[in-house]
Amino acid sequence: MKNAMLPANPAFWFVAPALVLIAVFFFLPAAASLFLSFTDFDIYALGDLERLRFVALENYLRLLRDPLFWTALKNTLYFVLIGGPLSVAVSLGAALLVNHRLVRFKGLFRSLLFLPVVTTLVAIAVVWRYLYHPRHGFLNYLLGQFGLGPVDWLGDPDWAMPAIILMAIWKNFGFNMIIFIAGLQSIPTRLYEAAVIDGANAWRQFRHVTLPMLAPTFVFVTVITMIGYFQLFAEPYVMTQGGPANSTLSVALLMFQEGFRWWNLGYAAAVAFTLFLIVLAGTLLQLRLRRGAI
Amino acid sequence: MTVFSGNRIKALLLHLALVAAALVTLFPLFWMVSVSLMPSAEANRFPPPLLPESPTLEHYRILFSRLSLATYLLNSTLIAALVTALSLLINSLAGYAFAKLRFRGRDRLFRLLLASMVIPAQVAMLPLFLMLKEMGLVNTYGGVIVPGMASIFGIFLIRQYALSIPDSLLDAARIDGAGEFRIYRTLVLPLCKPILVTLAIFTFLGAWNDFMWPLIILTENDLYTLPVALANLLGEHAQDAELMMAGSVLTVLPVILLFFALQKYYIEGLVLGSVKE
Repeated sequence: MKNAMLPANPAFWFVAPALVLIAVFFFLPAAASLFLSFTDFDIYALGDLERLRFVALENYLRLLRDPLFWTALKNTLYFVLIGGPLSVAVSLGAALLVNHRLVRFKGLFRSLLFLPVVTTLVAIAVVWRYLYHPRHGFLNYLLGQFGLGPVDWLGDPDWAMPAIILMAIWKNFGFNMIIFIAGLQSIPTRLYEAAVIDGANAWRQFRHVTLPMLAPTFVFVTVITMIGYFQLFAEPYVMTQGGPANSTLSVALLMFQEGFRWWNLGYAAAVAFTLFLIVLAGTLLQLRLRRGAI
Repeated sequence: MTVFSGNRIKALLLHLALVAAALVTLFPLFWMVSVSLMPSAEANRFPPPLLPESPTLEHYRILFSRLSLATYLLNSTLIAALVTALSLLINSLAGYAFAKLRFRGRDRLFRLLLASMVIPAQVAMLPLFLMLKEMGLVNTYGGVIVPGMASIFGIFLIRQYALSIPDSLLDAARIDGAGEFRIYRTLVLPLCKPILVTLAIFTFLGAWNDFMWPLIILTENDLYTLPVALANLLGEHAQDAELMMAGSVLTVLPVILLFFALQKYYIEGLVLGSVKE
């Protein structure tokens, strides 16, 4: 009867701290989010829990009727569906370039191109805000050199999201580039040798050897890029506050505003949970599509 | 001969393309540093100057003397260091156990953890805030640190690495009468050192660069981390490009230096983390 509670297996003490922390600070709140989304938790309930009411699907129905939510969803999908593939394509291009057998100083180029990944997004968003400045920004100066008129990058609803996508690609492409380089290096050279013997040119080698062999890397890269891009927040928060005319309002930013500015926590939880369902659906769809493709 | 010179032209073009890509990539960082050294309003000229005419550290002085940047620098450093130290301990214990110790439901539990990486962090944030409010952790270092103390990615990374430790080595230590914790401390930790360094950089950079959670949980000025303080400064000093650039330099520089010092580990970890079984 030393201690009846003491688990016999020492492994328990190894995994318990991490699992308890993850359960308490991640799984529990994530599950509570679902519960919260069925309540009208707002600033009054925050002061006095007695006021909390169960409203079933009311928040979700309100969501479907809220033009702001549809705008946020449309903007987020724009960012994910245009920015995501572009970002993956730039990463692959950079990886092919850096990994080319004729290239020297591979390590140096790899590190320089990777640099934006480690930088702090908020600081970078501040810098890009000035690069995008309509009058004395550097980008418009460059456009002017090519005889193109100035663009009000962050002030024009049609240009604000492309501007954010451009910055996001610059910031992120290095991450996927490294993963693509690792994928490229794991392709056995004999496959290329065989292709050369068969008379395949560079494009056909890329199409018939590189791309199929990179398929698993592609799945990984697209899935993590998509999950990351769905969480778009700091870029619009710092650069545009969701404007102009809500053209860069993202789902995460809407959740933040509803939750932590207006304290509509129940409604914000419905936004958060909807975001999760969309990410989940997107991930499953991609895994399914890729499985079919391989 | 023709093949050889063809290759040379190709190599030249490849290097030109790479240099161009590197210049485009580095330009915003270069410009950030350059503008931060210009006297006020110099960056507002047109065409925008590339280099400061008479470099000045005026804005850095203002940041430290008037805008208490030293406090934010200290907050960021302290929070990132504590998250790193604590999560290293907790994740290495769990990661090693998932790789080498036997317990019921181990593999199923691990798969569940991996699958839950699809859940965006934002889903948990609202209830987490309410929970930490009840615990009195809103607007404290604890509120920022506690949710970051264990990470699924960290456990995964350590596990992948620890799998390569030979079982015979661990069994030999057990036969010699070493307890599991002793084995962990004297055998596993030293063997896992490279991956621990990797995870340390990942965690430190992640905590340093994090924005949304500190923005939510820190409500008072003097606890702000650098990114939160910077976003806040932008609200008041948006017109002062040079000052904001100096703030950005100070926010970004520490992580860039850390990356350059330890990039080998960082990049290896990135590759290891992306190669799932």
